Amino acid sequence: MARRRPKLAVWKFASCDGCQLTLLDCEDELLAIAGAVEIASFPEASRAHVAGPYDLSLVEGSITTPDDLERIQAVRKASRYLVAIGACATSGGIQGLRNFASVEEFATVVYAHPGYLSTLERSTPIAAHVPVDFELRGCPIDRGQLVEVLSAFLIGRRPNVPTYSVCLECKRRLNVCVLVASDTPCLGPVTQAGCGALCPASGRGCYGCFGPADTTNARALANRLTETGMTRPDVVRAFRTFNAGAEAFREESERDA
Amino acid sequence: MVSRSRVVIDRGGLQALIAALRSAGYRVIGPTLTAGAIVPGEVAAVDDLPAGWTDEQQGGQYRLRRRDDQALFGYAAGPQSWKQFLFPPRSLLWRANRVDHGETVTEAGGPVDALAFLGVRSCDLAAIRVQDRVFAGDGLVDPGYRARRERVFIVAVTCGTPGGTCFCASMGTGPAVGPGFDLALTELIDGNRHEFCLDVGTDRGEEIIGSVPSRPIEPEDEAAAHRVVEGATARMGRLLEVGGIKELLYRNYQHPRWDDVASRCLACGNCTMVCPTCFCHAVEDASDLGGQTAERWRSWDSCFSLDFARVGTGRVRTSTRSRYRQWLTHKLATWIDQFGTSGCVGCGRCITWCPVGIDITEEVRSIRRTEEA
Repeated sequence: MARRRPKLAVWKFASCDGCQLTLLDCEDELLAIAGAVEIASFPEASRAHVAGPYDLSLVEGSITTPDDLERIQAVRKASRYLVAIGACATSGGIQGLRNFASVEEFATVVYAHPGYLSTLERSTPIAAHVPVDFELRGCPIDRGQLVEVLSAFLIGRRPNVPTYSVCLECKRRLNVCVLVASDTPCLGPVTQAGCGALCPASGRGCYGCFGPADTTNARALANRLTETGMTRPDVVRAFRTFNAGAEAFREESERDA
Repeated sequence: MVSRSRVVIDRGGLQALIAALRSAGYRVIGPTLTAGAIVPGEVAAVDDLPAGWTDEQQGGQYRLRRRDDQALFGYAAGPQSWKQFLFPPRSLLWRANRVDHGETVTEAGGPVDALAFLGVRSCDLAAIRVQDRVFAGDGLVDPGYRARRERVFIVAVTCGTPGGTCFCASMGTGPAVGPGFDLALTELIDGNRHEFCLDVGTDRGEEIIGSVPSRPIEPEDEAAAHRVVEGATARMGRLLEVGGIKELLYRNYQHPRWDDVASRCLACGNCTMVCPTCFCHAVEDASDLGGQTAERWRSWDSCFSLDFARVGTGRVRTSTRSRYRQWLTHKLATWIDQFGTSGCVGCGRCITWCPVGIDITEEVRSIRRTEEA
């Protein structure tokens, strides 16, 4: 019985390509992935392009240009399931820092002829424009979680992608808390798990790559960070990195403190 | 302490004890200095123990400090308890493989390492007794827990150096060692000597110390061991008044203090991860890309995560207020109805390892105070 393999497409918007390259990094699972799905469109891997519609689209990047606005609608129309992957696609990414400043001013400083630019005032996640079936967080996304999402999609079950804090993964790894034991600034308590507590396992604080956890109290953590000796501008910068546009982080970074 | 016999050993005797345990086939797990903290690790000799180290603990703060002696057990409960060995953070329950006509299911299990826990403080021994009731008490038994638990040899230690967040004396779980040990040590250290009072609790404890050099206990040793307990009791960093606590909490589900603590709580779940009695876990199924293999995994979960209380009709405890209240009330009150014992042993870990230093004893005190006012 030859069942048609589902068609997979990978799309890029404003991003660094790191998340879609995670698919190529799935070295051990790559053959199984290629066997389970038909990779119909994936420019980072192959020039071959199979026309839509697609069963599953992985969408990387944020919406930052007028052209993006149209293209994402076309992607949505051509896709049965759409999964946004990475911090750019789920919160606007590091380019979301423009949302706190004047794009016109940036353009003047950076480009000799800013008139050629056609860009939007704000960098926004995919879900701000089209319905998204699942958001996979991370900067970049985690390889294991990507395989889990693909496996779940293929079998028709809910992906096991937890939305609790990094602290749960950190403690399961038996790390000693860097915030409690050495006052190292750490966003783990307000950040969604997924990376396996990569940085705390190396004695560093969490940088918040996976965005806010399902329940956060960024304000209480910010107060604690201030107690460790961080200045308020440093605390604001800590919340304004890869997921500056995520609501819980944005709110805290915009709070008058 | 329920002791069959008592002798006195010195540092050399402790070394002989470790050697005896190892030659009896036990992996000896004891306190070690790792990553800026005192955590359980493999111990091959007395030299692996953190001689001369102690810790300083407050709400949300832990620091290693030097002692002015060479005590081997001169610190309070560290970031990790023995829970990780009896109830591992993550474990495979079973695996199923698709075969020609159907599937084969392999239950996880198999041989379990024999472990000797060296330096189990009274609070942690009490916590093991609590988890014994949860996982292997009357009623349903977790076979994995029981298999691991049956292979554990316990060398307890009287706590002589409680920390700033300790309150075992309030919970009646320490600092003297309670039931459940094979052997128990009380470190006797002063300018003139470094010895250990050694209590024997079981037959196999008796057997193990057969080859350990010791001397008979003298009245002054008894007195010194007694002073260790008295001194520790007097130096508890925290106090929790437990009289009528169940009724107190049941009367106060709507107390404004729950809103107050929710404004400080990060809902990160650290308190539940470090708690030596918290037993909640998630069971998740995983399948591979080809649909050939399925696995069921169990891992530590927390009542502070939103999905923990997800049922068919939605999520039950959506606010941090309701989650903190659920955790504290379960730990100190409903646990008593459920298991006939408090879920709290007073180790203070939830206070020390809360990133923002929320103090369970202070939360209860604050509720009690308004009733008394």
